[in-house]
Amino acid sequence: MGQLIKDLADWFSEPTRYTLLTTGLLAAVLIFRKKLTHPYVFMGVMVGMAGFFLFAWPDKNFNKIITKPDNVPIVILIVSVLYFTWLALRRGVLNDERTKRGEPTLEGELAKKKVFTWPDLVYTELICIVLFTAALMVWSISIQAPIEEPASLARTPNPSKAPWYFLGLQELLVYFDPWIAGVLLPSFIVVGLCAIPYLDTNPKGNGYYTFEERPFAISFFMAGFLLLWVSLVIMGTFLRGPNWSFFGPFEYWDPHKLEPMVNVDLSVLFWVDILGTERPLSPLVRELPGIVLLLGYFVILPPLLGMTLFKKMAKEMGPIRFNILMHLFLWTALVPIKMVLRWTMSLKYFIGIPEWFFNV
Amino acid sequence: MDKLLKYITGSQLWRSVFRHGYPDTPRNRTLAVLSNVVLHLHPVKVRRSGIRLSYTWCMGGLTFFLFLIETITGLLLMFYYRPTAELAYQDIFALREHVPIGVMREVHRWAAHLMVITVWLHMYRVFLTGSYKPPREFNWNVGVILLVITLLLSFTGYLLPWDQLAVWAITVGTNMARATPFLGHEGPGAALISLGGLDFVHAGSDVRFGLLAGRFVGEAALLRFYVLHCLGFPLVAACLMALHFWRVRKDGGISGPL
Ligand code: HEM
Repeated sequence: MGQLIKDLADWFSEPTRYTLLTTGLLAAVLIFRKKLTHPYVFMGVMVGMAGFFLFAWPDKNFNKIITKPDNVPIVILIVSVLYFTWLALRRGVLNDERTKRGEPTLEGELAKKKVFTWPDLVYTELICIVLFTAALMVWSISIQAPIEEPASLARTPNPSKAPWYFLGLQELLVYFDPWIAGVLLPSFIVVGLCAIPYLDTNPKGNGYYTFEERPFAISFFMAGFLLLWVSLVIMGTFLRGPNWSFFGPFEYWDPHKLEPMVNVDLSVLFWVDILGTERPLSPLVRELPGIVLLLGYFVILPPLLGMTLFKKMAKEMGPIRFNILMHLFLWTALVPIKMVLRWTMSLKYFIGIPEWFFNV
Repeated sequence: MDKLLKYITGSQLWRSVFRHGYPDTPRNRTLAVLSNVVLHLHPVKVRRSGIRLSYTWCMGGLTFFLFLIETITGLLLMFYYRPTAELAYQDIFALREHVPIGVMREVHRWAAHLMVITVWLHMYRVFLTGSYKPPREFNWNVGVILLVITLLLSFTGYLLPWDQLAVWAITVGTNMARATPFLGHEGPGAALISLGGLDFVHAGSDVRFGLLAGRFVGEAALLRFYVLHCLGFPLVAACLMALHFWRVRKDGGISGPL
């Protein structure tokens, strides 16, 4: 029985299944939010997770990665992100129901009255600070900060990992070249975050939790933050071992585990596998299929989406806002698309021109 | 007892510091907030919705609190730490062995990790309550820069213990800069920036070289990261936080339904 659960957990941790599972979970929670945010459901999930944790704790391999001092914050991250996602959605559901009945939101009810900062706010802050400090002290006394062997550029540790908060980006290095994973995408994240207030023209949902008044904004942000950032951090921390190979939580980190990695470019798939000829010599002709594909993705898709799926949104936002949003959206979507194509079709590059360091 | 208390609170010394009685009347509560430099970050009165933990999660406040903890523990650590390749590792190691109550390094490290988490959660909360909407667009942007600075603070600090973990994490992290389009020597377009066969962007002149002050993570990089970590980024962060808090007030306090 115990072994079965462990095998099942390992089986679900395989990248494709892990991604499908987390994506499916988020989608289910958003769609069936009324039922799934019920406090009992959430309590059940938390108890289940605690149970799993206790069950897994004695396992040698699980214990080893979970108790690495620098990995403790990730456990805190998982629990707090789950809790606050639940809290926000729960209050959103309650507020949406109240709005439908014509009542003010939970926040609106409270906002009618003002109270003195002293004592109401000051005491809350004081209690927060005291509890937080106490927890931090207990943590600091019980777990020592790590210090490994002295620095040596001659010996590369395996795996070499970036600090944990950048492990999502390091994970992307598997699928994209560094200029995209390490430079372009982070820049898009920062620029995209800055652009949010100017792109979101929906005046509703300011100052209270809601879902129904801004479903696209919340779904998009949650997908980005939970699936493409937090989830990849978790994956990079717990499931990536030596040689950046994939390991289930109960698997031994075997440095000799080799994953067959024969990835092929789209140009090879197109010219050699489909047309059965040699690849043309000129890079631009050779990469034509990828260039056409990506141009179609980034140039044709925005107006197409604006005329169909996002028709209402495009009209409300105006062409400039809508196009910027669509490009950010398509870049975000390209990340999971490429990941899935890698896992299912071993796709290396859409466009691969190593001559110019230009690989997408 | 009562008399003693009255004597103390009536003395010139006491009255020179506290200009109001115990804050149990509206007047004294107002004065308590207005006449205290820390508390006057707050307005005198707040909407009840804005101070609920279920609304703000207290994440902005905790981020600020952690920043203060980092400043204090960081200052103490600076007494013991010398940023050279020869001494850095030794000094960090000695902290554990020789310094009484040697948990400063632990507090500093765990609070730093926590601060990254609380900033993320703070941003998440601000997004989910739609608090970036007018009139708070600008403050959201200040926040985004604070988020970047927080990550940079953490990243530069990661190198300072000068052990395997540190050096290789920073090596992995900064390797990406090599591939910056046009500016990194392995980035697309870098080869275009050349004149008469002379490449301007190479391993000894690209952005990574600028970050590390060298071709690899060496002593020059350690000094550079140390200065940025202890002085550069904290200064910028402190200024931006002042701006951030001031704007929260100017934008009408914590957001709430209109
Ligand atoms: C070092 C980092 C930061 C500190 C110390 C900080 C601190 C605070 C504090 C104390 C508040 C008051 C309300 C609350 O506690 O929630 C606040 C509000 C706010 N913060 Fe931050 N913050 C930081 C980063 C950010 C980031 C990363 C963002 C967004 C990307 C952001 C956007 C905002 C906005 C828009 C408000 C107004 C929210 C409202 O009125 O409800 N801040 N911040």
